[in-house]
Amino acid sequence: MTRFRARVRVMPRSSILDPQGQAVSHALGELGFGGVGEVRVGRAVELLLDAASADAARADALQMCERLLANPVTEDYVLEGVEPAA
Amino acid sequence: MKIAVVRFPGSNCDADALEAARASGADAAFVWHRSTDLGGADVIVLPGGFSYGDYLRPGAIARFSPVMRAVAAHAAAGRPVLGICNGFQVLCEAQLLPGALARNGGLSFVCRPVTLRVESDATPFTARYRCGQLLRMPVAHGDGRYVADEATLERLERDGRVVFRYVGGNPNGAMHDIAGITNEGHNVVGLMPHPERAAEDLLGSGDGAAMFAMAAVAAGV
Repeated sequence: MTRFRARVRVMPRSSILDPQGQAVSHALGELGFGGVGEVRVGRAVELLLDAASADAARADALQMCERLLANPVTEDYVLEGVEPAA
Repeated sequence: MKIAVVRFPGSNCDADALEAARASGADAAFVWHRSTDLGGADVIVLPGGFSYGDYLRPGAIARFSPVMRAVAAHAAAGRPVLGICNGFQVLCEAQLLPGALARNGGLSFVCRPVTLRVESDATPFTARYRCGQLLRMPVAHGDGRYVADEATLERLERDGRVVFRYVGGNPNGAMHDIAGITNEGHNVVGLMPHPERAAEDLLGSGDGAAMFAMAAVAAGV
């Protein structure tokens, strides 16, 4: 078994209104950042897991995304990386 | 008639739900979320609150509590389950109801009375109302915006599974002004407003009391 670090990014689906992103966009405008357009706020999840191989760790992480880390109705996820933990 | 009110860590409307259930004449008891035994209850209520601090997403962690396996079995057997506010969020996360509850459109936590229209009297919890009836009860949530994909919304509308709709103002931006829905079997109902906080006139409205009135369930609707 090797210990891997998996990084997951979960974002509100683009078809779904993201009021948090709108509020942040507005606040950035207030700060004087005139060029800011759409902002979307998501969530990053970093986790350590033991698996026999990087492929197995990746498969486990994808299952975690499907079953818990992202809501399939409102969010999309990207498994950004799976690498051996130092 | 026996009603079980499930308590998750972070539930905070559990005592009110128990009180409303008892006031309706039912024998009501709490069930801790670690329990897998519903104590022979006929009806399950998942109350409002902030189970597990709303970590990750409201209801996302609570759905894995041991009691939820028993709740899912109860629902699968066609027996009544009511989810109020956070309970509705838990039922959606558990996929006992379709769709999801997203952050309110205006970002604010909304806490005020709203008007609902009863859209279906074909559930155990709405059999004592009539379609088109207007009810007054409070909402109190930050994540109450009902969302679902087009196909799901169409199915809900076509099959008469929208149970409550906001009228005279939508407090959270919910699609189709949806405040509450039911499952295919019409035995599982979830809604964002709080009937247990409107269960006697002293509270400003008694409109929610009928939702706990078990004669409807006994009638086998």
